[in-house]
Amino acid sequence: MDARVLQKNLLELIRRTSAELPSDVVRAVEAGARREESGSNAWYALEVIRDNILMAKEKSQPLCQDTGTIIVYVDLPKWCDEKTFRRACDKAVAEATKVGYLRQNSVDSITGHNTGDNLGPGSPSYHFHQGSGRSLSVRMMLKGGGCENTSTQYSLPDTRLGADRDLEGVRRCVLDGVLQAQGKGCGPGILGVCVGGDRGTGYIAAKETLFRELDDVNEDPRLAKLEKRIMKEANTLGIGPMGFGGATTLLGVKITHRNRVPASFFVSIAYMCWAFRRNGFVLSEGGRITRWLYAS
Amino acid sequence: MLLEAPFTEAKIRSLRVGDMVEVTGVIYTGRDAVHKYLHDGGKPPVDLKDSIIYHCGPVVVKEDGKWVVKAAGPTTSIREEPYQGPLMEQYGIRAVIGKGGMGAKTLQYCQKVGAVYLHAVGGAAQVLAERVVAVKGVHFAEKFGSPEAIWEFQVDRFPAVVTMDSHGQSLHAQVLAASSEKLKQLLG
Repeated sequence: MDARVLQKNLLELIRRTSAELPSDVVRAVEAGARREESGSNAWYALEVIRDNILMAKEKSQPLCQDTGTIIVYVDLPKWCDEKTFRRACDKAVAEATKVGYLRQNSVDSITGHNTGDNLGPGSPSYHFHQGSGRSLSVRMMLKGGGCENTSTQYSLPDTRLGADRDLEGVRRCVLDGVLQAQGKGCGPGILGVCVGGDRGTGYIAAKETLFRELDDVNEDPRLAKLEKRIMKEANTLGIGPMGFGGATTLLGVKITHRNRVPASFFVSIAYMCWAFRRNGFVLSEGGRITRWLYAS
Repeated sequence: MLLEAPFTEAKIRSLRVGDMVEVTGVIYTGRDAVHKYLHDGGKPPVDLKDSIIYHCGPVVVKEDGKWVVKAAGPTTSIREEPYQGPLMEQYGIRAVIGKGGMGAKTLQYCQKVGAVYLHAVGGAAQVLAERVVAVKGVHFAEKFGSPEAIWEFQVDRFPAVVTMDSHGQSLHAQVLAASSEKLKQLLG
């Protein structure tokens, strides 16, 4: 595939991800608005959110001005190597920043200097997997700072929470994570949770599991049951949209797991805001988008 | 309810936690750099008496010689907690708009000087930009950079919820207390 075609397709992926929420998220926001008492603060917040979703799509402009960390997962076919992809995607990101699909959001952590084009060490955040298939699959997530700041990690056992190294302990941590977040992560939120791993892989897996559709069912029946229970319980906490109070505190909970060393037991929680921007596509070798991964 | 300029103390004192307001009038953006500057004794370039400060780093571009606001959602307010209360008192600021709420110190000053905290909907950058009907001016754009500058926004029916009022009430404190109690029950 011509590198310019790849770059052009990636620019469209960035535009779509920044301006259009996937339909599973829109449906969840609408269901939340129906649950809230009409005229309440929670209902009001969800109405504004709904209007904002429609307006961003119509104007093809960023849904939220914090266009976040650019997280890119790539499944490479044989015909495309990491270096080629990275070069095309970096160019697409710089162009997207120039035309305003992305805010200038990459800051040198030592000098405080904004690079101005969203490029620099660790940005975008790439995750490559070498596959053997014929098509190139790209998944993208834009995760804002407000929700990233409320993400958290627990090390079990946790005496304060009475959380042991089991699924009941996981439940206790996750519910506490929701309580600590209150409205600060721009809720209603979506949680990606990883049980186990080390501190690094735990957080990465917690974020990656957010790519699951909101209304799917975990293939592990134990985790499916836990997801359902946490979702139900968290929505009785009364934190609500923006922390205004209300019945819609979470829009989804997704749990995955990684093996751990005997001495560690981490529960990593990636908190995602309602402005849950993720999308992706599959590209043929000829450079044609054969499938979008999420309807919008 | 409509909250229209001028933002007098009487109007602000009549607001209660949970009130849904629509602000019409001029508001000034100001975030980290502006708060630090004023706190260090810098002179404000505009009269802040009976004003509203908006914690916002907007995306503003010039089109055909005119400023156009492309995105203008709130930023997290708690970073201004050390400065906000004293600045409210010193300059007569009547309200701040932001997200995430503020702490006990700001709440005390709200009560003391007659001010409120207005919570805008985080992430709603497009809806909120649409309510900015005119950009009346900009200060410190060179000094602090565009997102950190003081932008004078004429807003029309800008939506927000009163989450901290001048009577010592904070919706954030109430929701935290109630949800903590509920979690205690759930965890047994």
